[in-house]
Amino acid sequence: MLELKKVNYAVVDEKTKQEKVVLKDITLAFPENKLTVITGQNGSGKSTLIKLIMGVISPTSGKIFYNGKDITKLRLDERANLGFTIAFQQPVRFKGLTVKNLLDVASEKSNKLSDACEYLSKVGLCAKNYINRELDSTLSGGELKRIELAISLAKGGNLYLFDEPEAGIDLWSFENLVDLFKGLKGKTVIIVSHQEKILEKADYLLLIENDNYKLGTKKEILPLLKIEPKCKKLGGQNE
Amino acid sequence: MNNIDKELLKSVADLHFTPLGSFNIRKNGESVGRNSTKEIEIITKKDKSGIDIIVKPGVKNKSVHIPVIITVGDLTDIVYNDFYIGEGADVIIVAGCGIHNPTLDDSRHDGIHAFYLEKNSKVKYIEKHLGTGKGGKILNPITKIFMKNGSEFEMETLQIGGVTYSKRDTQAVLEDNTKLLIKEKILTTEDQEAITSFDVQLKGKNSHVQVVSRSVAKENSKQSFYSNISGEAECFGHVECDGILLDKAQIISVPKVDAKCPEASLVHEAAIGKIAGEQLLKLMSLGLSHEEAENLIIKGYLS
Repeated sequence: MLELKKVNYAVVDEKTKQEKVVLKDITLAFPENKLTVITGQNGSGKSTLIKLIMGVISPTSGKIFYNGKDITKLRLDERANLGFTIAFQQPVRFKGLTVKNLLDVASEKSNKLSDACEYLSKVGLCAKNYINRELDSTLSGGELKRIELAISLAKGGNLYLFDEPEAGIDLWSFENLVDLFKGLKGKTVIIVSHQEKILEKADYLLLIENDNYKLGTKKEILPLLKIEPKCKKLGGQNE
Repeated sequence: MNNIDKELLKSVADLHFTPLGSFNIRKNGESVGRNSTKEIEIITKKDKSGIDIIVKPGVKNKSVHIPVIITVGDLTDIVYNDFYIGEGADVIIVAGCGIHNPTLDDSRHDGIHAFYLEKNSKVKYIEKHLGTGKGGKILNPITKIFMKNGSEFEMETLQIGGVTYSKRDTQAVLEDNTKLLIKEKILTTEDQEAITSFDVQLKGKNSHVQVVSRSVAKENSKQSFYSNISGEAECFGHVECDGILLDKAQIISVPKVDAKCPEASLVHEAAIGKIAGEQLLKLMSLGLSHEEAENLIIKGYLS
């Protein structure tokens, strides 16, 4: 089980030199082997939370435990080897490295076309057309995003972190994306998302808002999701 | 041929055994093996050290291997090789130099190559450089390319490590409807220095040149990249210089584009810096250590 105890994260604003609190005093346990969706407004710290869990960044204070073990000081690669798997919000491009190279690193084996097909078909890509493609600017943002998800499937693990997996993916493949998460049943899956369809598939929701947070079942949290205030022109109250 | 010779030949010319077709193997300043065929003739020069390689018109899908190996110290080997590529021919030429210098003196090889491409001919030219052993390993290749109407030349150069000093000079003159593609990859470490310069004259209408340089400089090494592309007609030139810098190394990129015709389209791009942090993070998130991630990025970059 993944637990956070009194986790704080703050950054110093370079211009004003003032400390800005991003996440404040978070203590919670993510339900094991369930799908939890983290939602909340832009800038509420959702991606920061994912990065803290994965070890990309370290908390200013507080501790993170996994299966009872304090992992706060474990590096990113050490957490990866512990079974943590992340698909980043913005996939990275590599000059000279191919889709196969990354699938091989992720799965710790040399992938044949049929192996690659197993992962790439789940994100709607034909392995034949992609396995030897370089992860460079010749790939579109949507293609890269799907490949990022395929790489996370190739890696496998016990705890999956997906940061806005739907961003850049066209509507046609949206259903497949939802199926992909369903396929991870029995694993702890944490997804950052605003998408209603993904929220609907969640077992639990974590709402982060205005320095507060609330974790609960879908039934408990869904009614708390506020409708964004609209401007007058759109029929709202704002000037 | 001993094991060091075989290892060098494997590294610089992918030769695991005697090649099929035309070849000339040069060791410590002398030719030690040659096969000249009817289609691709190899003739020893009479006035200076070197060979003429004559590819007959229309010869297609053939290859020529002309590797050079040096396994002694205190040697300066200067060789002049001229390639005459007949009209409509399409060949692969594999050159390259491997130096294993077991002494503390310098070993040096200057390969001066000139390519004369007749109309509609096509050449893929591969040149790899490698140095091993204690002493200085110096390579100063000069490549001159003269391209007639409709010809294409693709040049791949790879300096894969161990060369203490290199100065590569590439010059080309392109006539109408020609295509020149140059891909260069260089890795320097320790106190090594590599200098490359490209001077391309786009004289003909619809002449194209693309230079892609990828370099990695580690430790105290230094690399300099100079390019001068001049467009004298409706032409296209694109130079891309990417460098990864580690430790205390230095990379200098000095571009010059010289358009003498309003229809000339000439572009230079240069990006030099450390390995992108997010690339390291991605690979570490797949379980690689920082060092393993760095090595994989460099390997891919230079592949």
